[in-house]
Amino acid sequence: MVRFENVGLRYGMGPEVLKDINFSIEPRSFQYLTGPSGAGKTTLMRLILMALKPTRGLVNLFGQDVSRLDAPTLTAFRRRMGVVFQDFRLLDHLTVYENVALPLRVLGKEEASYRAEVVELLRWVGLGERMHAVPAVLSGGEKQRAAIARALIGRPELLLADEPTGNVDPGLGRRLLRLFMELQQLGTAVIIATHDLNLMDIYDAPRLVLADGHLHVDA
Amino acid sequence: MPETAEYEPEPAREKPLPVNLRRDQPLVPVDTVAGRALMAVIAILTFLAALSAGAAVLAARASEQWRGAVSDEMTIQIRPDSHRGIEEDVARAVAMAQALDGIESVRAVPKAESDKLLEPWLGTGLDLVELPVPRLIVLKLRPGATPDIARFGPALRKEVPTAILDDHRLWVRRLSAMASTIIFSGFVVVLLVLTAAALAVAFATRGAMAGSRESVEVLHFVGADDDFIAREFQSRFIRLGLRGGAAGGVAAIVAIAFLGFLASFWSTAPEAEQLQALFGAFEIGWAGYAAVLLVAIVVAAIAGLVSRITVRHYLKMLA
Repeated sequence: MVRFENVGLRYGMGPEVLKDINFSIEPRSFQYLTGPSGAGKTTLMRLILMALKPTRGLVNLFGQDVSRLDAPTLTAFRRRMGVVFQDFRLLDHLTVYENVALPLRVLGKEEASYRAEVVELLRWVGLGERMHAVPAVLSGGEKQRAAIARALIGRPELLLADEPTGNVDPGLGRRLLRLFMELQQLGTAVIIATHDLNLMDIYDAPRLVLADGHLHVDA
Repeated sequence: MPETAEYEPEPAREKPLPVNLRRDQPLVPVDTVAGRALMAVIAILTFLAALSAGAAVLAARASEQWRGAVSDEMTIQIRPDSHRGIEEDVARAVAMAQALDGIESVRAVPKAESDKLLEPWLGTGLDLVELPVPRLIVLKLRPGATPDIARFGPALRKEVPTAILDDHRLWVRRLSAMASTIIFSGFVVVLLVLTAAALAVAFATRGAMAGSRESVEVLHFVGADDDFIAREFQSRFIRLGLRGGAAGGVAAIVAIAFLGFLASFWSTAPEAEQLQALFGAFEIGWAGYAAVLLVAIVVAAIAGLVSRITVRHYLKMLA
């Protein structure tokens, strides 16, 4: 599903921030991406999301070399992925419902065709009573759940979650982790970027460890 | 959706779905300070462009009236000569004019009427008997007729050496040139204002894109393609353009109607008569109002088109 071969990235003329990255993500797998703050976890996520281009190496996504993707294919690939940003990235002027429905709205679907599905998911993540609220009045945990719901609504094949438990209390963090595990069991490949060792101890899964720009897989 | 032990579905799951969840909010914020400022700029530019278009239509209509009034008439002026009888010369010229093909009527302006024409310059109550006042003969042409002036002019000069034939061609040419200049200037002003509107929208779009960069990135990540994003911005700017264009267009129509009202209100004053002679009845008619409406629509269309092009260009740079 995702394969990196000797991938390196540098910003401008600066030093390489990621060096010789090699790993692969299988369908229906679950893994952590970990490392100290500033190690490049978010940068690696952005490479997978095709928001950054590697300066060297091969990035293969869904069986295709991303350096040769045209714009429509890139969009199609992004529709197969769900992403939870560390800072949520909810659109402030839209309600929780509208934010969660966004991936379906950009597909051009009629609102009536997805309303029930979105409401059900919102109720499932505990935001049933907050669907009319705008992000500004939500707590950190509520924003986190809204961001997760938005990532899940399109039933992605690959879910990327950047520090999804960074803004919530340990109890909610554990519940969110359980949610990701269940998604994996339902067929989604999950990558969770975190530096929370306690969280990783709850559920044992392969760890992609980033340090000093290098990555090693700790199975 | 999966069931979890810790994420129990809310008991409210069986509740009926809320009606009207979506507020049809645009995906890029619209009602911002920058958006309102842009709308004001578009309104002002539309107002100026619409006024220019209205002025051009007014000039075109007035020019048509002048040309119509002047080109279906000719005049013969008989200058007084102490060696000749002016009344005989007038009668001879009238007879010759009546014999000319394409002439509908010939009228010798009576002396009293000619004297009256001098009143604005010489005042009333003067005895003009001693003054060598020329006499005028007005020839009304049959519609569509083209009398043989090239032959008639010399023949008239031969019979009545003091006669001067004026077919108003010089006037028509000058008036046409003046009217064409006004129309052309109005057209250029409209073009310049539309260009200014396009530039304002382009800068505003770039500003909006820079301000919405994070939103644009989120839209990309949730699967929106460049076309979708460009359409979102385009619809936003078309809406702003329509609102600004409508405000500017309505203001221009009100201003033109007000000027027309003032012109008719002062129509009895001598200055107003001269103005009316120059600009006609100061009415732009349906064509003028249609031009104003067209300007407003074009401004809105330009706003949409320019924003789309700018967004596509910006997204290409981001890619």
